[in-house]
Amino acid sequence: MIHVKMKVNGDPTEFLCDPRETMLDALRDRLNLTGAKEGCGTGDCGACSILLDGNVVCSCLVLAAEGQDREIETVEGMAAGEDLHPLQRKFLEHAALQCGVCTPGILVAAKALLERVPDPTESEIRYWLAGNLCRCTGYDKIVHAVADAAIEMRST
Amino acid sequence: MALDDLRTKEFRVVGTRPIRPDGIDKVTGRAKFGADVTASGMLHGAILRSPHPHARILSIDVSRAIAEPAVKAVVTRADFAGNLEGEDWNVLENIMAGERALYDGHAIAAVAATSALSARDALKLIDVTYEKLPFVTDVDEAIRPGAPVIREGAADESVPEGLHPNIVRYHENGHGDVEKGFAEADLVIERSFVTEATHQGYIEPHACLAQLGPDGKGELWCCTQGHFAAARICAKLVGIDASQLRVTPSEIGGGFGGKTTVFIEPVALALSRKANRPVKIVMSRSEVFRATGPTSSASMNVKIGMRKNGDITAAEGEFRLQGGAFPNAPMEFAAMCAFAPYDLEHVRSRGWDILCNRPKQAAYRAPGSPMGAFAVESVIDELCNRLKLDPIEVRLRNAVKEGARAAFGPRFQRIGLIETLEQAKAHPHYMAELKPGQGRGVSCGFWFNHSGETSVSLALSYDGTVSLSVGTPDIGGSRASMCQMAAEELGIPYENVRTTIADTGSLGYNDISHGSRVTYASGLATIRAAQDTIRKLCARAAARWEIDEEAVVWEDGHARPAGPNAGEFEPLSLAAIAADMGETGGPIAGHFEITPNGAGVSFATHIVDAEVDRETGAAKVVRYTVVQDAGKAIHPSYVEGQYQGGAVQGIGWALNEEYVYGDDGCLQNAGFLDYRMPVASDLPFIDTVIVEVPNPGHPYGVRGVGETSICPPLAAIANAVSNAADVRMTHLPMSPPRLLKAIQEKELG
Amino acid sequence: MEYAAPATLDNALALAHETDGQVRFLAGGTDVLVQLRSGLFEPDLVIDIKQIPGMLDVTRSPEGAWTIGAAVPGRILGTIEGLRDDWPGIVEAMELIGSTQIQSRASLVGNLCNASPAADGIPAMVAAGATVSIAGVDGLRTAEVADILMAPGQTNLKKGEIVTSIDLPARVAGSADAYLRFIPRTEMDIAVAGCAVNLTVKDSQVCTARVSLGAVAPTVLLVPDAATAICGTCLDETALNDLAAACRAACRPIDDKRGTVAFRTDIAGVLARRAAILAYRRAQERESA
Ligand SMILES: Cc1cc2nc3c(=O)[nH]c(=O)nc-3n(C[C@H](O)[C@H](O)[C@H](O)COP(=O)(O)OP(=O)(O)OC[C@H]3O[C@@H](n4cnc5c(N)ncnc54)[C@H](O)[C@@H]3O)c2cc1C
Ligand code: FES
Ligand code: FES
Repeated sequence: MIHVKMKVNGDPTEFLCDPRETMLDALRDRLNLTGAKEGCGTGDCGACSILLDGNVVCSCLVLAAEGQDREIETVEGMAAGEDLHPLQRKFLEHAALQCGVCTPGILVAAKALLERVPDPTESEIRYWLAGNLCRCTGYDKIVHAVADAAIEMRST
Repeated sequence: MALDDLRTKEFRVVGTRPIRPDGIDKVTGRAKFGADVTASGMLHGAILRSPHPHARILSIDVSRAIAEPAVKAVVTRADFAGNLEGEDWNVLENIMAGERALYDGHAIAAVAATSALSARDALKLIDVTYEKLPFVTDVDEAIRPGAPVIREGAADESVPEGLHPNIVRYHENGHGDVEKGFAEADLVIERSFVTEATHQGYIEPHACLAQLGPDGKGELWCCTQGHFAAARICAKLVGIDASQLRVTPSEIGGGFGGKTTVFIEPVALALSRKANRPVKIVMSRSEVFRATGPTSSASMNVKIGMRKNGDITAAEGEFRLQGGAFPNAPMEFAAMCAFAPYDLEHVRSRGWDILCNRPKQAAYRAPGSPMGAFAVESVIDELCNRLKLDPIEVRLRNAVKEGARAAFGPRFQRIGLIETLEQAKAHPHYMAELKPGQGRGVSCGFWFNHSGETSVSLALSYDGTVSLSVGTPDIGGSRASMCQMAAEELGIPYENVRTTIADTGSLGYNDISHGSRVTYASGLATIRAAQDTIRKLCARAAARWEIDEEAVVWEDGHARPAGPNAGEFEPLSLAAIAADMGETGGPIAGHFEITPNGAGVSFATHIVDAEVDRETGAAKVVRYTVVQDAGKAIHPSYVEGQYQGGAVQGIGWALNEEYVYGDDGCLQNAGFLDYRMPVASDLPFIDTVIVEVPNPGHPYGVRGVGETSICPPLAAIANAVSNAADVRMTHLPMSPPRLLKAIQEKELG
Repeated sequence: MEYAAPATLDNALALAHETDGQVRFLAGGTDVLVQLRSGLFEPDLVIDIKQIPGMLDVTRSPEGAWTIGAAVPGRILGTIEGLRDDWPGIVEAMELIGSTQIQSRASLVGNLCNASPAADGIPAMVAAGATVSIAGVDGLRTAEVADILMAPGQTNLKKGEIVTSIDLPARVAGSADAYLRFIPRTEMDIAVAGCAVNLTVKDSQVCTARVSLGAVAPTVLLVPDAATAICGTCLDETALNDLAAACRAACRPIDDKRGTVAFRTDIAGVLARRAAILAYRRAQERESA
């Protein structure tokens, strides 16, 4: 077992893990943060997306042990208390989710996009999110919601 | 159950776009999906799967696995019920092999251990001896003379004598004299078509948490489209009473038909019984591809005759579908839906259900219909091209309307096909100019829609808010629609209703969330349960006012005297009546139970523009418009979502998705990277037009919308690509190697 | 399986040397973790190299040669000033790999050492004439990228050897490279075929060229005949046709889930034409600049 200390959504956290465990396993099974989902376990679907030191990664492709001294952000850390992140609100307003299992990963990835590119084009949004599969929506309302959130975030 | 003709006033809540009640949970990560729950003392299960497409299981030695301290239980087929028949036996045989492994990925044994990693490790300690058998994975090869027989004697009485034993069911429908009709045509075109198997591709793998004690009492938590059906079949498979197994559905991360049956749930129950501890099983993605329901692959012939003016004189189709190593490929639905949009004097359809060594097919959004439509609508497109006719005009000429006899038999009630065609014709997309290298395709599509057993309960709280319990898992925002219908009928704000998906212990039996039935059937039952509640509310008001119950009406959320003769009383709000319901007769709740019979059929017309790179065979959809009849859109955003989602699944099926089998009979692409579902950057926005031709079988006119949206895309895209590349594509998916080959063969003449 | 994240190269080398069983180095992990998960193999020790100084650095020598640390993730390359100007083909090849998420982790060296015949980074590196710096307990050595590739999934790195960086030579004026691949979707696919062209032009004439193909043979190919076909030309139609023909002649692909022999061969020629035109246009811009 390996002892890991890291920050999750701003909170110092520590846990023990098997060297084979992924960060996704650790978040879900050790820290009970089940917001990130496992859709494939092989980097193909993005449902497990988290921010690792501010960069969006597939947590299924990070070993839990790699978390030592790193900062992690998950969907659970997106809202500030009662206030939803603009992306979360826009996803609801635009009905950008049907089943919602892809939503945590897409929100996290979209947040990373808007932090880098405040005014993304449709095509930039689509390519940035190409690693996040959604089987329900056809992505239409997701792209609209991200673009709309970008407008709101620019104006505030 | 008829359309409420009393409904003269405008809708107040229905047709608006409120935030879904489970929304915050789903954007904050709080929503609990199948894999998100744990129980104290929980074990993790894992399943050993066959590496062979067809093999006799000579022995299974689990002793090395059992000897591991972390392993607490191992099960094989012997741990399940032994007395099953028919489809129950098929389901059991599929989730745990008996004497033979019938496909690559077929479950052989399962273990429960103290961690997911140790369970996976323990699988390597199970020793299975196989005797490899000849196999067949292609639908056409499976019925050639000499093809290995999957199961002797599996054919039912519908199959004519003398056919290959792998043909297990046969279907025929139609009317008129097709030969006479073909003789009347100016042009007859006959073509063969193939569609490859695709997977529903839900992002959430199957997951469950099961607890079954030695007393035969169990609890099951799982992601399913139908927990009542899951309870029924799981109880049978593990040999307990259905009522002793309470099933609670988790949030479900997509299903599209693929979660209408069970795979891991009975296995987890059997493991749990043996270990007497809760057991959780979560499938890996490769297990999902190898062992859960893909749709059928199909081989089809279609022949259609047309006059120069565009009238179809006769149509004939043959539909051969394989459903894996088990019967029930939806060949009759392919045969029935294929010609449904057209009013035909002479029409004949035949279907064959064929076994081969692949996983048991599961329903996928309008099972059978997309393949049939692909074949028929492709031939119609070719006829239009050859006769220089407008494809929408031709479809309008031949379209079915109210009273027309469907190709598959019955007469249609009020339907909206013509309206979708008119709207498509008038849409700016249809008039837009195409760029060089682009082509346009249109197609119609049809789905029956289903009703099914439905039970709903609606209870008032003291504060006048409402708790609505339905038994149909919410797979795409249906709780919002249920809240809307209850609020509409009761005359209270949307926010005052909370809809819960009740477990199997809390409500009467409910059929699965399938067949596009939820908003129709649970919606209908919700409205009737609300009306039942209103009757009770009016009775309380009548008692308080000491007037006849008939003299009280319910308007705008208030009980009111029916007219001046009833007397003069201050209207009583729902909240006012609820506030003292304890003293005025007890709790107030409404119920409704029904198997309705008015699920209105639904039609759609899609328009697609595609662009083809003639050097690489790459095809891209550049513009897409869905026009579909919803009857009445309760929550238009979620209706649009169904249209868009279905269209995009169709794009995947048409262009790149397919099950690829190797010479070894094993699935080669059991992962998202090589299965190739559309990603965001592959797509344009999907434009939608909601047509509303009310369904006479629903109080508000609702028709199911979930499935029809995947019926036209295969053909519409194939037509667009064929027109762009100037070569008729008859094999889906039109992957670049297939398309380039077709282009090059045509260029070489 | 054990995990270690040594803080120095010497520690890493010692660890790798002392371990009896299988050792895997971990850069971005986008191949290693997939293989772990699918049960393809389970090493006895995984050595994370990201704590080792230099592994995340990109540097340019005064002469213009580039050194890219072994664990530099794809998303960084495009942000390094001057790198895309010198090596647009290398940067675009790396950026094609995977998704945004994969880009946060995946490295060129991982791409190379995983030695997939369909890897996107390798053809670009081979066409560029890139070399790798390799550290072992016996000291340092360098090798041409093309020379360390043996077979699908196999390099000739000795047990315990660590690639520390990819090294790109300094550019002369009028040079550019380009990499194109064919995938059925727009993203998230493994190349069905790929082609990198690296060339130098003078007065509109191609004077040197290197052409490399991916996914059409057991290892990435360098195709000297393809280079010969365009050298000395202004990339006219005849030259392009000869280039495509030379590339197709070099192909030794397989039929698999991703493409057929005929398709891969055909596409290799199409990609070679398109990549050569792109590289040529870029080189001309750099000649005048
Ligand atoms: C979803 C997805 C999409 C992908 N798409 C593409 C794609 O489009 N194109 C493509 O080419 N690849 C693709 N890949 C594969 C992979 O991302 C690339 O090969 C990537 O470049 C690997 O880099 P890494 O740093 O993650 O390597 P790692 O996984 O860390 O390592 C890969 C291999 O290299 C060895 N290694 C790593 N560093 C060293 C070192 N310093 N010295 C010696 N050996 C070392 C490792 O032991 C391992 O064997 C994809 C992978 C995923 C999961
Ligand atoms: S679960 Fe990590 S990408 Fe799919
Ligand atoms: S909403 Fe279901 S996968 Fe995206």
